[in-house]
Amino acid sequence: MSNSSNPRSSDPAIGSQPTRLTGAETLWATLVGEGVRDVFGYPGGAILPAYDALRKFPIRHILVRHEQGAAHMADGYARASGRVGVAVATSGPGATNLVTGIATAMLDSIPIVCITGQVSSKVLGTDAFQEVDITGITLPVTKHNYLVSRTEDLAPALREAFRVAQSGRPGPVLVDITKDAQQNSALFDFAGAAPAAYRPHPMLRADSASMRAALELLRTAKRPVLLAGHGILHSRALDQVRTLAERAQIPVACTLLGLTAFPASHPLNLGMMGMHGESWVNHAIQQADLLIACGMRFDDRVTGTLATYAPKAKKIHIEIDPAEINKNVPIDVALIGDLKEILETLLPLVSERDGSEWLHAISTMKGSAAVRDIQQLPDNGHLYAAHVMHDLWRETHGDAIVVTDVGQHQMWEAQYYKHEKPRSLITSGGLGTMGFALPAAIGAKVACPDREVWVVAGDGGFQMTSPELATIAQEKLKINIAIVNNGYLGMVRQWQEFFYEKNYESTPLLSPDFVKLADAHGIPGAHVTQRSQVVSTVQTAREHKGAFLIDFHVEQEDSVYPMIPSGAALHEMIRRPPENRLVETANES
Amino acid sequence: MLHTFVALVEDKPGVLTRVASLFRRLNINITSLTVGNTENDGVSRMTIVAEAAEDRAHRMMASLYKLENVLEVDDVGRHSAVIRELALLKVECDAKNRADLFQLAEVFHARIVDLAPESLMMEITGSASKIEGLVQILVQAGYRILEMARTGRMAMRRGRHTSRVLAALSDTSSTGSSSSPPQKPANLTADQKQSGNWSAEQNRS
Ligand SMILES: Cc1ncc(C[n+]2csc(CCOP(=O)(O)OP(=O)(O)O)c2C)c(N)n1
Ligand SMILES: [Mg+2]
Repeated sequence: MSNSSNPRSSDPAIGSQPTRLTGAETLWATLVGEGVRDVFGYPGGAILPAYDALRKFPIRHILVRHEQGAAHMADGYARASGRVGVAVATSGPGATNLVTGIATAMLDSIPIVCITGQVSSKVLGTDAFQEVDITGITLPVTKHNYLVSRTEDLAPALREAFRVAQSGRPGPVLVDITKDAQQNSALFDFAGAAPAAYRPHPMLRADSASMRAALELLRTAKRPVLLAGHGILHSRALDQVRTLAERAQIPVACTLLGLTAFPASHPLNLGMMGMHGESWVNHAIQQADLLIACGMRFDDRVTGTLATYAPKAKKIHIEIDPAEINKNVPIDVALIGDLKEILETLLPLVSERDGSEWLHAISTMKGSAAVRDIQQLPDNGHLYAAHVMHDLWRETHGDAIVVTDVGQHQMWEAQYYKHEKPRSLITSGGLGTMGFALPAAIGAKVACPDREVWVVAGDGGFQMTSPELATIAQEKLKINIAIVNNGYLGMVRQWQEFFYEKNYESTPLLSPDFVKLADAHGIPGAHVTQRSQVVSTVQTAREHKGAFLIDFHVEQEDSVYPMIPSGAALHEMIRRPPENRLVETANES
Repeated sequence: MLHTFVALVEDKPGVLTRVASLFRRLNINITSLTVGNTENDGVSRMTIVAEAAEDRAHRMMASLYKLENVLEVDDVGRHSAVIRELALLKVECDAKNRADLFQLAEVFHARIVDLAPESLMMEITGSASKIEGLVQILVQAGYRILEMARTGRMAMRRGRHTSRVLAALSDTSSTGSSSSPPQKPANLTADQKQSGNWSAEQNRS
């Protein structure tokens, strides 16, 4: 990934002349120089010198209600914009509260930089008040981290942190700064603190022999499928992937995080693969003779049991992280490196191909499932989450940034909301962190103030981070919130239904009146219990100039179909039982 | 099988933890790990010996490369290399059997580095099997080993093969230019491809 930040050289603090600054000033001056305009944070003793200097710098600070929220906001900010998100916290509990958010960013390769205060260097390692070894704690969940105890080391460490966060396979970086390093002064020289250039991975070798082998596989394949992953967004390779698919007429299956890497309405787009993917997508993968995996990692949620995964297919894996090659699935041709660069090298050598036979075969597999439209279903008095997602998609023309939490509603959103724009679905895929949606949506809205932002959260996950409603109110952010309220920790209930004989242990869930909760924050809202109310309430929310919350009381024991039980093969899915027939897909006609 | 990697890493606090933590996470036991300086300031050399299935070599190497402080990794076990270990052995003995031990030491090319009334100390360098051979003979002959210290393996490839990273580093330190990494070769030979040396197609920034 290229470094997209550009120093604002007009700022006095980062002019060409080295100046003497305190560490606190150095921190903000360096962030400004890296192009940072917004940070999400929460103050405390060990980071107080930094906060004291903040108002001298052109940076917007969003006060969160819990540091986990700060990390998720930085994450949502990065996912929505492609720019590095920044979270700030104090030492000890402030730092440990960040950890879930950092791990969430790590598992989805999101470039964020977390700044934490630390006790003074003189007392490091003494169990001083609010001291924790946060660089030790976050070692396995950061791409890299730094402990800075001298002011002169701060700017170089921070600048390197930004480089590390966004280069290669992106990821979270933490910079822990002792209080004395913030208080002392040193010569600040922004340009002089520039990090060494990004060092491409020594194992990167999309060599010409592999390129030729890949082209040969492409040329001879009869039933190819392109697997579109999150790496397409990271590498900004959307056009290249699309050109490849179109020129060689290759159908495209998306991972959850790759859903917005290829337009949903594109005729070659089959939809989402994996555990809750549509049957024809998984069948196409199982029958394929060639898989071209672009920036995805064959996660267990998309492969089903590995022993029977795409048994007839040769596999080309285009991936920037060599550690992903042959990790889960044996690869025939590995092209290691930046996806966009590799495709740009390959594309001139890819010729047009007639894929009609295979595409036709897939259409036949779709059968009637693909043409049923839930919009046409009679309103039988029940409110299904599928209806809510479908109507939300129609009303927002598939254009909104939708930020989902984790659970059934996340899968329904993925199935029924057709995303047309890149980065318009923000969701925790790798870690599956409940509580992600509300704070991540705040980050997305701050990054993209002109975009329409919707939170789609379950009644369970929403309660994990609902205090961030106060942040929305304080920052006057226009965010629409849809709670898919089924009275259960629904996804867990579903597993209990399928695999634990309906032993609904600890999954029924009492919630507050979410509309009243919003009201307590000065945010209006409405309850929706009928299909007929969905569209008008969504319209009300969109028209309201501030934040708006809708509590959708949906069918309580509905499940996400189809489902591949973990450990089963990709084609052995659980289908919706016929007596409760609700269509499994929505196709706009 | 036993894997032997040489990793060139930045000489900074915490780097050893990162390397060790990686093997912990992969649930792989480190058999031995030696760290020391190299001919370049700021670069340390680690020889890591780990017990793992044959097919895990790629994973270990690729994971090592994911650490920001790791400059280069070489799977030396797969190449012709000199692998050495040093051991110090303190053996119980008195004047009566000293001569016997001196003779044993000579056979094994070990040196006697300390003599005390009731013990002596031997120093032996060589492959692990040579050291283990000496230990076995001593034990079979009824000697009591009071203390043993082993360094773990150090490895270096035979022939002119030199780390490109180190070569480039010494170039830049003599010319005083930037600390950016060495340029990779444009086309790779089969051997280079195996070696895990610099072989990226492009330097990106
Ligand atoms: C922090 C966290 N704790 C537990 C889980 C396990 N988990 C996954 S989905 C789920 C239920 C979510 O319930 P809800 O938010 O109501 O969404 P629903 O599935 O009902 O749509 C749980 C508990 C998790 N993913 N994250
Ligand atoms: Mg629920």
